[in-house]
Amino acid sequence: MVHFSTDGRPLPTPTPITAPYFDGLRERRLVLQRCPRHGFFFYPRGRCPHCLGDDWEWGELSGRGTVYSFTVDRAGHDPALASRIPFAIALVDLDEGPRLVGNMVDCDVDDVTVGMAVEAAYEDVDDTTLLGFRPAG
Amino acid sequence: MGKRAAAIVGLTEWAPKRVWDEPMFTMEACARLAAEVLADAEVDKGEVDGLVINGLRESPLFAPSALAEFLGIRSNFNEVVDLGGATPAGMVWRAAAAIEVGICETVLVFAPSVPAPPQPGSNGGPMKMKMGAYMGGEVWGSPQGQFEIPAGLVAATPSFAMAAQRYMAAYGVSEETLAKVAVDSRYNAQANPLAVFYGKPITVEDVMTSRYVADPLKLLEIVMPCYGGSAVLVTSAERAARCPHRPVYVSGYGEHLTHKSITYAPDVVDTPIRLAADRAFAMAGVSREAVDMASMYDCYTITVLLTIEDAGFCPKGQGGRFIDEHSLRYDGDWPLNTHGGQLGMGQAGLGGGMSHITEAVRQVQGRADERQVPDCNIAYANGTGGMLAEQVALILEGA
Repeated sequence: MVHFSTDGRPLPTPTPITAPYFDGLRERRLVLQRCPRHGFFFYPRGRCPHCLGDDWEWGELSGRGTVYSFTVDRAGHDPALASRIPFAIALVDLDEGPRLVGNMVDCDVDDVTVGMAVEAAYEDVDDTTLLGFRPAG
Repeated sequence: MGKRAAAIVGLTEWAPKRVWDEPMFTMEACARLAAEVLADAEVDKGEVDGLVINGLRESPLFAPSALAEFLGIRSNFNEVVDLGGATPAGMVWRAAAAIEVGICETVLVFAPSVPAPPQPGSNGGPMKMKMGAYMGGEVWGSPQGQFEIPAGLVAATPSFAMAAQRYMAAYGVSEETLAKVAVDSRYNAQANPLAVFYGKPITVEDVMTSRYVADPLKLLEIVMPCYGGSAVLVTSAERAARCPHRPVYVSGYGEHLTHKSITYAPDVVDTPIRLAADRAFAMAGVSREAVDMASMYDCYTITVLLTIEDAGFCPKGQGGRFIDEHSLRYDGDWPLNTHGGQLGMGQAGLGGGMSHITEAVRQVQGRADERQVPDCNIAYANGTGGMLAEQVALILEGA
């Protein structure tokens, strides 16, 4: 579910199953579930998407990865984000395996490339912390 | 030889329009489409015993029964298909399969996309087609609402742009080559009076100088959302033989999907089209070389490139060269989207996906007028839904 920040940005509404992930972000930690057979997976859900096992445990990741692909929104596809264009949206393959989505920060949108090394960045918006990525330092 | 149990025998299609000044309820649109498609096929309404729809605005639940009641049809096969842009192709094979197993004989397949009359209290006036950016992904519990929407990964264009970006990095294709898809489609639209861009040809330079919407996709590589509507009639081979137009057998079909949001696509440049097309060709017993015209879902230029490759018309990574080396025009050596595609005709909601089927049927029936492909017997038609997610492939063969 989506709710909106005081400045109109769409924010995630955590569920009982996704809350630990969002709690982790607030603490500047990237935590995901790890299946003993299939490793980390994203997004949080009650059963591993590979084997439907429920014997996963939460674990912390490095936050490092590479840009699998990206785009630069120059049109404001979400009217609620129109004031933020241009912004880069990246799909990032984390070193530990799973692929996540987030905005690129601390980086000119024209400098983003496929294969770029990145690390997790955390952006506080009202009571929520969003996951983004910046060029790896 | 592929399946010969069911055939498309009639079609109707309204000209896509950016602004629709004749609002009507979905059920009214279906009634008008039904009257037109039954007249085209010279089939009596009393023979219809199946309905396939995407839903009904006036009856979100119990939709097929609401439509059967409205149309006065006693129906044995009642299906709601929810595959985004692949919905019409998915509807056609489900109708054909239902006829083959013998549960029904004659099925109306609907793809209306029109605005309703203004509700009392609303400001009214003609409505401009605009799809909500979140497409329902904002509901409680939706993963999309928690991960994609807050990142601005909404609507469809940014997702397809990511596929294009990845493709360019992995295989290399010039933006000019992608632009050629839009230019050839627009050329074809000049021979289709129903097209929203009829009378408006474009050049590669026009595409290259149009503004970036989501890198690397530019405005003229993106479909124009429109209103419109269409329908086809599918019936048994036996009944089809008594219809005025050449029956078009649904001789092979396949469907595949793996994800909803592009984030979770196993590989954004090796799409679910592959498995859908392989199954369709195997079922039809038809080779790629035997295809006389292709009717490929073209929400964006990159979709066509990926479809040419993944449907098996050229090896992976060679799609750019294929586009450069072939004319995709109706009078060219590899006719593709001879109606102009959605890029040239406009994307009339569900009717956009259906336009690839109606055009393939017209070509195989020999009624594509000035854009007729000579001796057209076998067509490949497909639908792409969501974020390169839902895929349906059809082989359509003349009797």
